[in-house]
Order: sequence, then structure tokens, then C-alpha cells
Amino acid sequence: MQLVWLVPLLPLLGFVLNGTIALTRPQAKTAVSLIGPGVLLAAFGVALAVVKDLAAAHPGAPAVFTYWDWIPVGALHISAALQVDPLSSVMILIVTGVGSLIHIFSVGYMRSDEGYARFFAYLNLFVFFMLVLVLGASFPVMFVGWEGVGLCSYLLIGFWFDVTANADAGKKAFVMNRIGDFGFLAAMFLIFQATGSLDFTSVFSAAPSTFAPGSGTVTAITLFLFLGCAGKSAQIPLYTWLPDAMAGPTPVSALIHAATMVTAGVYLVARANLLFALAPVSSAVVAGVGALTALFAATIALKQWDIKKVLAYSTVSQLGYMFVGVGTGAYAAGVFHLATHAFFKALLFLGSGSVIHAMHAAYHHTHAHDDAQDMRNMGGLRKYLPWTWALMWIATLAISGIPPFAGFFSKDEILGAAFARGATQPIWYVFWAFGLIAAVLTAFYMTRMMLYTFHGPNRTGDKEREHLHEAPWVMTGPLVVLGILSLAGGALNLPALVGGNSWLEHWLSPVTAGSASLLPAAEVSQSTEWTLIAVAVAIALIGIIGAIQLLKPAALVPARQAPAEQGFGKVLANKWYVDELYDAVVVKPLGWLSRVVLWRGVDQGVIDGAGVNGSAAVSRALGWVGSKLQTGEVGFYVVLFVVGVALVLRAAIR
Amino acid sequence: MNSFDVWVLPALLAWPLVGAALLYLAPASRAKVLALVVSLIEFGISVPLWWRFVPAGGMQFAVAWDWIPAWGIQFHVALDGISLFMVLLTTFLVPLSVLGSWTYITKRERGFYALLLVLTTGMLGVFVSLDLFLFYVMWEVMLIPMYFIIGIWGGDNRIYAAIKFFIYTFLGSLLMLVAILGLYLHAAKTTGQYSFDYDFLLQRSTDLGPVAFWFFAAFFLAFAIKVPMFPLHTWLPDAHVEAPTAGSVILAGVLLKMGTYGFLRFALPFFPQIAMSKTVVAVVVTLSVIGIIYGGLVAMVQPDFKKLVAYSSVAHLGFVMLGIWALTLQSVQGALLVMINHGISTGALFFLAGMLYERRHTRLLDAFGGLARVVPLLAAALTIVSLSSVGLPGTNGFVGEFLILIGAFKTYPVAAIISTTGVIVAAMYLLPALQKIIYNPLAKPENQKLLDLSPRELIVLLPLLAAIIWIGVYPRPFLSRMEPAAQHLIQTVTPATTAAAR
Repeated sequence: MQLVWLVPLLPLLGFVLNGTIALTRPQAKTAVSLIGPGVLLAAFGVALAVVKDLAAAHPGAPAVFTYWDWIPVGALHISAALQVDPLSSVMILIVTGVGSLIHIFSVGYMRSDEGYARFFAYLNLFVFFMLVLVLGASFPVMFVGWEGVGLCSYLLIGFWFDVTANADAGKKAFVMNRIGDFGFLAAMFLIFQATGSLDFTSVFSAAPSTFAPGSGTVTAITLFLFLGCAGKSAQIPLYTWLPDAMAGPTPVSALIHAATMVTAGVYLVARANLLFALAPVSSAVVAGVGALTALFAATIALKQWDIKKVLAYSTVSQLGYMFVGVGTGAYAAGVFHLATHAFFKALLFLGSGSVIHAMHAAYHHTHAHDDAQDMRNMGGLRKYLPWTWALMWIATLAISGIPPFAGFFSKDEILGAAFARGATQPIWYVFWAFGLIAAVLTAFYMTRMMLYTFHGPNRTGDKEREHLHEAPWVMTGPLVVLGILSLAGGALNLPALVGGNSWLEHWLSPVTAGSASLLPAAEVSQSTEWTLIAVAVAIALIGIIGAIQLLKPAALVPARQAPAEQGFGKVLANKWYVDELYDAVVVKPLGWLSRVVLWRGVDQGVIDGAGVNGSAAVSRALGWVGSKLQTGEVGFYVVLFVVGVALVLRAAIR
Repeated sequence: MNSFDVWVLPALLAWPLVGAALLYLAPASRAKVLALVVSLIEFGISVPLWWRFVPAGGMQFAVAWDWIPAWGIQFHVALDGISLFMVLLTTFLVPLSVLGSWTYITKRERGFYALLLVLTTGMLGVFVSLDLFLFYVMWEVMLIPMYFIIGIWGGDNRIYAAIKFFIYTFLGSLLMLVAILGLYLHAAKTTGQYSFDYDFLLQRSTDLGPVAFWFFAAFFLAFAIKVPMFPLHTWLPDAHVEAPTAGSVILAGVLLKMGTYGFLRFALPFFPQIAMSKTVVAVVVTLSVIGIIYGGLVAMVQPDFKKLVAYSSVAHLGFVMLGIWALTLQSVQGALLVMINHGISTGALFFLAGMLYERRHTRLLDAFGGLARVVPLLAAALTIVSLSSVGLPGTNGFVGEFLILIGAFKTYPVAAIISTTGVIVAAMYLLPALQKIIYNPLAKPENQKLLDLSPRELIVLLPLLAAIIWIGVYPRPFLSRMEPAAQHLIQTVTPATTAAAR
């Protein structure tokens, strides 16, 4: 466990090396291929050893390792410290494990890109910050990772920066994340004010005696924290950056915008579970926003044509589920879904990467300029990419909630917990119902994606079709591993109902112990549990079968010839016009205020115009009066002099 | 006592003047080399201060020589944990400024570098003077060279900018002179002793009566113009845009800090009750918050890169003012740290703006685009500096702003929360600028053949980049050196605060 510092340090080393290569000899791709994934695999190895130590020791309290005094000022004492506990151990395994697979995939996917070294430098840096985020032993150290991953997200979304839209998307992500970070900062101020500390151990041990359950302070703290979560994890109202973030290379979408960074908000709620348990109102807000987001994003996913946009809205929706889980107090279930989602969503994104890779190569061969990501240009790809097809179906069944795939267990646990909570707080029935409707939509849009991409006739083009091919093994290999995890990941937390021992829940119990007593007991009978499962599976099947019945891949035409959407479909295809709304209500007015009112109006008009240059005019006028006083009459000067002296004396004597 | 301790401050003040004279003895073509050597030696003289300085030692390295005994004027200089960093920041930035002007200044080089060195003496003098007359002299000494630097080596609109800068600052400093003389006369009237000595006048400033308010107002105006606080800031964008690179760097890096330094050294300790009275607090805190948000929003719509950075200075200095007035240990130390950070980061931004200007002869953001492809080193440097300026954790910018806000939250929670939105605004003005310069298509032919950073330019930027990371990751050596001074300030002002509250 002593070696935990190596886990983040190795990717940092990778960043330094790859960054140096990127700036000095960007053509040295072999070295980059070794360093980039190499440091990740090494970090994964160290992480495994660390977690093995933790499992053997099984300490009640987190193991905190302090390296140096970072910000020591008076009562404020922030150390550069990492902490190993059950929660952070799960996270570092996901980050380095899934991260390694995605790095290996990238060797194939990005090989021909001229920014290869820069790509791996950024990717390594991202993993470093992500590990700081999950290992940090205090809110400020976590915040270093929190903003650091935002930076890397910005750099990687805009990786192909010479397209303005990509650079715009990166900037949008950073700014919207900053809105969330404002909440994180404000929460830290309140926490420090209330507890006099910012490190997890002190804050959480002081919390029960400091905050009365439901008190205003702890509610404010948790709501501010959740604002941070909404930014980072793309929840309403701050979700709009994530679909745009698909402008980045596909491995980035898999690693940052599906498996790891965007789940940081869920991790934060789980980390601060004691505070959220003390604030029932905030927890309800978390669950409510999560449920609403899950449903809302799922509706948009129904009408997207870009394969990555479908997956992006799907991610927003699935993150909503996780927040329903942690908002309900089912922290282990939320983290469980975080883990299984990391497996199947990474698989889906990397699979879509294989598809895009093939499409891109085909269009490249024939110099066509069609959209390689539009599903209307795909169809029938099963024949050309059989491995990708099979593996993506596994992931699709997993996300749809078909047993025994991983997603079934984790999603079912969240919905079960929400339903059970409904017994004491009926509003949770609404959240549960939202989740259920979102589940049927999920099954539907995922099946739609699979049908349009892999089934039916091919629409890529007659010449292009010949060049479609499966990806090389360096790309398919990681997919296979993720496929196995998506298939069997449910084993992490098999419920007692099916003979499991809820391993993850037990593993995390030291972290969530403090909040357990604060939450209302929510148990449902075994028969109810079986009913819920039956409902969930039925819902998933309805979605899948409904999609197969209703959709006609054969009737699709390539994107160029496709008719425009009509009616409600148009509203969904245009994402409920939320971007347009934000633009009209926030972006444009703020620009107008800054440019017209503040700069031209106040700065140049009032201050400079009336104030500065105005006073210059006044002094010129006074100067003119003064020059008229220069009469040359000595007597007049004497009178002025005497009056002046008298005034000064009077002032001095008073 | 070590002889270094006795001679260091007089040497720091005298050496640049000697150097300026040396410039006129050597051939004009050697001016910049000589100026570089002189400024490096100056920096070398100052470096041991870092180790010789005793954090808990109060005022140290003191020298007090009679200057005009008849009027009680002394050459009295010393350093504490506040001025230490201002001195080091100044001596650190001057050699970089010389190197940064290497190819930028092409006419009348000797005069330029000589003025820069005279300016150095003036700036250092402001930070170390413990005699109010000496302080005033130094304050004016630094004004003149800057006026010429902008007025002679500046851009197209340089005369307007130079005069605006001069009149604004001079107006403030005249009022300050009246207040200094008032303090002097008041002390003489009550004790019969004529002296401009800092400690003497400080002790005699407690029973001023109602006139204290006007003295405070005079000091306040002089310093608030310099900071600059909203709405006294409009000289700054003009001065920055017109000034040559070194002028902008020194202006932002050092001159603005004289305003906040003045508050810390004079306005607050001399008039604590007035400074902490309800009305003044309300005015200062409100103006600081306005500065943070307003500066950021106006920066956001600037087409000119240097103007953007200038308005961002208004925002950063707003943070400093908030930190000072919040008067908690965290906020005051945060304010001191932001004073340093702003010198480093904004200094670096102006260097980069100058490097871009030398390549393209424009500062308009829309003239650039896609530069990351042709000048990757410059793009990387600009990215890191911008991130420091938006306060990304891991860089210096974060530590300072975080300390100010967390400290200010104790005293003025609402103002602190509103100011925290400044971190969003900061991203909204710097990232679009970054995008317009280094990202987007490399469409303009003029941009396609630009040269990347030269070794000289790298040498200018690397120390600044190193400082950005150092203070971001390990700020402790800075914080521990300034803590006693910040503590002392708070203790001086706090009894008055509670009195004012009653």
C-alpha cells in the first residue's frame, strides 16, 4: 500500500515523456506506443498490489499517505495526501484497468494520426489527474484532479483543433464544467467554515456532531457539491457539453466521456455520502435530477443518427441512473452501476470506434466525403465486422438490462432501492417510474443503433463497401476483454436473491457505514423483489422487441438523401432545442451586456467619456477662465493671495 | 550583524542608477547587453534575501541615514514579509523584461534601458521606504520613466495613453502628498518633533480627529487609481495596449502592486478605524466584487489581446482588494500571493502578447488562428500561462484565489460567493482568446510561416513557467515567509475593527 503514490506518478511520467516527444520529435511513434499504454499497465499492476494489501489488512479507517504540506495557512491546513480505502480502490482499478484497455485500443485507432504523441501525452495526463481525483484525501486535493480532468477533457475534445467546431466543443465543456466547479468551491468554503477542516477524515468525523440532520448548512453544502457533480457528470441543467464532446477522438469518448471522468460526480456523492445522508432534501434533489436526466436524455437518443451521439445521450441517461442510486442512499448500487457502465459503455464506444475506423478507411479509399459516423451510411456491417458486431450486442444487452449481463444487476439494484424508498417517501415512486420508462427507451434506442449499424442492407456505397474490414487485433483485443467484463461484471455484486453475497456492498461498507443509520430503512419482501425484476426484464424485452418490430432498416436511405425530420421527431433530433435556449437566454444576453452595456456604455461612455475626458474638458474650460484672470494687475494678485492665505489659516487653526 | 544585511537595500537602490550611468559610458550598441548584465547583477544581489530573511523578524535589513535632518527626513529603508516578495518580484522581472525587449526595442535603445533601470530603483524604493517623504519621492521617481517608456516606445496612440496614465497617477499622488504633509504637521504640532519616519507617524496618527477621514481618502484615491479599482481603471487598458512589452510587463507585474502595497503598508495601518468602518468596507468590498466580475466580462469582449489581459488585471486585482479587506489570515496571505502570481502570470501573458506582436505586428485576436500547428512551443507556453491565469489547481493562480475566497468567506460570505463566479468568467474570457490564437483553422497565409520560440524567448518564458508550477505545487516557502507579516497587519487593524463595529 505504501507504493500508492506510484499509481498516479506513472501516468504523469508518461505525460512528461510523451509530451517531450510531441514537442521535439513527433514522428517517434514506436516509443510513444510503448510508453503510453506501458505506464498504464504498470499503474494497473501497482493498483492491483495496493488493493490486495488493502483487502488483506481490511482496516476500518482509510489509509492516508501524506507527502507534503500543500497550503498551510493558519487554521487551514491542506496536505498533499492520498488515501486508500475501499471506494478509492474500486475507482483506481476501473481507471487504470479500463484505461489500459483504451490505451491499447488507441495504439491501433490513432496510429496514423500526426498528433499521435500529443494524443498519448494528453491521455496519460488525464489518467494522472483522474487518479488524483479518486485518491485525494481531501476536498482540495480531489479538486486538483477534478479540474485537471476537465482540462484534459478540454484538450482532447479539441484534439483536432483546426476544425472550429471541435475547438468550440472543448471550450464549451470547460466553461460548463467551471460552472459546476464554482459549486465545488463554494461547498469547500462552507465545509471549512463549519468544520474547520477540508480533509475527508476530519470532515466526516466532525459531520455528525456539527450538522443536525436536514440543517440548512449541510443542505447548502451538498447542493453546491451536487452543482459540481451536475457539471462534471453532465446532468440537467449542465449536460449539454457532453454530446458536443463527441468531437474528440473515439477512445477519448470511451475513457473520459463514458467510463471515468463523467462518473466523478457519482464518486463525489458516494465519497461524501455522510453529508448527503444528513441532507435529505439534497439527496432527493440528486435522485430527482438523476431520474429526470435519465429519462430526458433517453428521449433525445431515440432520434440521433450519429452513432456517437446516441452513445453520448445514452451516457448522460445512464449517469442519471447512478445519481438515482446515490441519491436514494444506495451508494453501493450507484458505484456498482458506475463499474458495469464503465465496462459496457467503454465497449460500446470502442466498438463504435471500430465501426468509424472501418467507415473512415472505406471513404478514405474512394475519397468520398460522406459522414463516417452517420448510421444512415452504415447498415449490414455485421458481415464486415463480425467481432465488433457480436461484442457490441453483448454490451447492448447489458445496458438494456437483460439478465445475466452486467447492467441488469446494477440497474435493477438502483430501481429496486428507489422503489423501496417509495414506501416512506412516495416521490421516489415517481423517480422509479422515470427510471423504468427510461429503461424501455434505452432498450429501444440501443436496439435501433444496432439494427441500423449492423443489420439490414448496407448503405455505405458500392465502391466503398469493398474496403470495409474488421479492425486489427490491437483494437479488437481490448473489446474482447470488455465483452467478458460486460457479460460477467454483475458478479461483483450478485444479490442474495440469486444466491450471491453482495460482495461490492460489503467491500464498500466501511465507507458507507456512517450514513447507513441516517437513512430510512427500506426493505421490500422477496416476492416484491421478484416482481420488480420481472417488470424490469419485461420492460427491456418490450424495448428490444418493439424496436425490432417497428424499425425498418431496409427502408433507410443514406444520409445525403435522407428527408428532414418532421413533427415531434424533429424536436427530439434537435435535442429539445436546449442549446438554442441557452444561447438565447444566457450566452447572447451576456455577450450583449458585456459588449454594449459594460464596455461601450460604462467603460468608454460614462467613465472615459463623461468622467475622464469630461473632466479634461472642464479643466480646459477652467484654464480658459484662469487665463482671463491673468490680468497683470498686481493689486488683483495680492487680493487673491490674501484670501487664499486666510482660507488656509482658517482651516489649519480650526 | 552580517554586512550583507546592512548594505543590501542601499545597494539594490543604488546599483540600477549606477548601471544607467554606465549605459552612457559604453557604446550605444552595447546598451541592451549591459542592461541585461546590470539587471542580472541586481537580481543576484537580491537573491540572498530569500534565505537571510527571518519570517518572524519583522522589519529587517534596516538602514536609517539622515538625509535632510532639518525637516526630519531620513533615508530609512527596510523589508518585511510583505515587501520582501515585491522586491524579489521586481528584481526577477526586470532582467526578463530586458531580454524580452531585445528585438522589440529598436530605436533609442540606450535611453530605453537607462529608463528601465531608473524605474527599477523607483519601484524598489517604493517597496522598502520607511520614511514617508522618501516613499513619496520614490513614488514619483517611478512615474516619470514609465511615462516616457509609454510615450516614446509605445504604439500609435501612445501620447494619449501616456498622458492619461500620468494625469491619473499624478492626481492621486498629489492628494497623497497633501495627506503625508498633513500627517507630518499633525505629529509636529502634537509632539514638537518634525519627522517623516514611518513608525513615528504611525504612532502619531491615532488622534487625528475628523481630518483623518480626508487623509485616508487621499491615500485611498492614490492607491485605488494605481491598483486600479473600478471605476478608476480606464487608464490601464490604454496604457497596456500602447506600452512596449517591457512596459506592460513592469506595469502589470510591479506597478499595480504598488497600489495594493500602499493599502497594506499605509492606508490600513494608519487609518484602521476608517478603513474598517462600515461605509468604507461596503464601498471597497462592493468595488472589488464589481472589479472581479466587470473586469472579466469586459475582458471577454475585447478584440485586442493586450486589452483583454489588461481588463483581466482589473479582475485579478479585485481579488487582491477583497482579500486585503476581508482581513483573515487566509485572505491576506492569499492577496499577497495573488500579487506575486499576477506579476508572474500576467507578466508572462504580456511577454507572449509581445512575441505574437513581433511576429504578426498585430494584437487583434481575429488575426491569428491555428498557431498550435506552426508554433507548438509558443502554443504550449500560452496554454500553461492561460491556465495559471484562470486559476487551475496545480498552478499558482489557484492557490492565491482559493486562499482569498476561503478567507473572505468568513468575513463577507455573500461577496465571496459572488466573487467565486469570477472563476467561471475567467474561463469565459481566456479560453476563447486561446482558441482564437492557437486553435481553429490555420487559414491566414501570414500565419502559416511563423517561427517558433527562439532560445532567447524560451529563456524569458521558462523561469516564469517554472514559477507557475512551483507556487502551484509547493507554495509553502512563500506562505511561511509572509505569514508573520500578514499576522502583524491583522493584529494592527483588528482592534480597530472591533472598535468600529461598536
